[in-house]
Amino acid sequence: MPTRAKKPARAARKPAPGKTPARRSPARPRRTTIEIFVATIKGAFVLKGDGARRSWSVGNPYFLGSETNHLVRDPRDRKTLLLAARTGHLGPTVFRSLDGGNAWQEARLPPAFPKAPEGQTGPVVQRTFFLTSGHASQPGVWWAGTVPHALFRSEDGGATWEHVSQFSRYVAGLKEQKPANIGETPGGAITHSILIDPRNPSHVYVSLSTGGFFETTDAGRNWRPINGGSSADFLPEKFPEYGQDPHCVVMSPANPDRIYQQNHCGVYRLDRPGVQWDRIGRNLPSAVGDIGFPIVAHPRKQDVLWVFPMDGTSVWPRTSPEGKPAVFCSRNGGASWTRQAKGFPQSNGWFTVFRQAMKSDWQDPVGLYLGTTAGEVWASRDEGGSWELIASHLPRILSIEVADKARS
Amino acid sequence: MSATVRVSTHLHSYTGGESTVEAEGSTLAELMADLDRRFPGLRFRVIDEQDHIRPHINVFVRRALVRDLKSPISPGDDVLILGALSGG
Repeated sequence: MPTRAKKPARAARKPAPGKTPARRSPARPRRTTIEIFVATIKGAFVLKGDGARRSWSVGNPYFLGSETNHLVRDPRDRKTLLLAARTGHLGPTVFRSLDGGNAWQEARLPPAFPKAPEGQTGPVVQRTFFLTSGHASQPGVWWAGTVPHALFRSEDGGATWEHVSQFSRYVAGLKEQKPANIGETPGGAITHSILIDPRNPSHVYVSLSTGGFFETTDAGRNWRPINGGSSADFLPEKFPEYGQDPHCVVMSPANPDRIYQQNHCGVYRLDRPGVQWDRIGRNLPSAVGDIGFPIVAHPRKQDVLWVFPMDGTSVWPRTSPEGKPAVFCSRNGGASWTRQAKGFPQSNGWFTVFRQAMKSDWQDPVGLYLGTTAGEVWASRDEGGSWELIASHLPRILSIEVADKARS
Repeated sequence: MSATVRVSTHLHSYTGGESTVEAEGSTLAELMADLDRRFPGLRFRVIDEQDHIRPHINVFVRRALVRDLKSPISPGDDVLILGALSGG
């Protein structure tokens, strides 16, 4: 049975700056092992699961009413939380908790562009879209991707953020050469999927919607596109050097040279040091297609991955094809796929799952979690074999992250 | 002499729940800087990094809508900072 969110606590009369009203502690299942951080358009929620992943509780919202794009726990200390938030009225900021979510402080210098010289116009951060902790050898380092396209870096645990100006200059140069190839989605010009090579903190991948997939090997000073083989059906040139629309790109935790991408135009695999993407989505059933937003890599097996295809035909409904939600799993690097739909609605299930709203845990067998735009969280304890609804009636879900004590 | 600044509920988490506060400055820019000293973080939520008032924030000085940070503030002025019409 789904677990309902408890009613929010009554607002404190004088909330402290940057804090939500006082919160009651949710009833926690014993032996909490998994925590799912659900960021929604109206606040962030934490789902706590027991060791068996059968019992779940939904905590009261953090920052109720704020558009929360990403809530991430630092895997290095397992307690620091960073939350990207804004409201319809108020500008974007980052909130930090150093105690697992009990107390929050606002970043002293949130991600923001430098002020333009007098008389010139400058960009404005509209939202921080993506947050990720830095390399294990660099405690305190965080990266942020924003709308519009830009990277920011923090060296103090998210308290202050510095614009990675070299990246913005690089992207501006690309746009000057080919204006149509650096564009915006309906949600803006999104910077996302910041991937840190666990072997080298200076080796970072970043994706732009739209713009493509890019790499730096010197911590952000110089960049190059890696988009060979991935298509951009919405441009006159189908295979440009850059201009593609990666929706979600993940690095296999089992092999940092194995990269998987769910693109606006297909599902791809890249094996570094190669630079040519292989469209493994061609091996999905043609009636389903290979359009979608999220993609998930197995935490221990480089050839195992999951996608959640959505309807990319006609006017692009971006809902489950024919109203039949299903995950597709490949256990051979994308050569073949298995449909996984047990537990999902068999009809009239018009799910949309955003690019950051499907993740795995680190258990064995692996658990999978996805959040829908209808505010439902679905979970599988058996690597996608069967699914159950573990939370409903939440606001539109923008992202999911999983914190797991089993993570090594 | 300072101006009286009234803020809507959106900003109460910064003002400690107060809807009316005092701030000093001869321009709106100075007033906002003083507000940020008193209530750290407030300014960036309503003024972007290019010094523009954010689209769904309305600022009224003596009941007149202003969008320019150079707008003059006189002692005793009534300043309203309101969140307005940002959607569902």
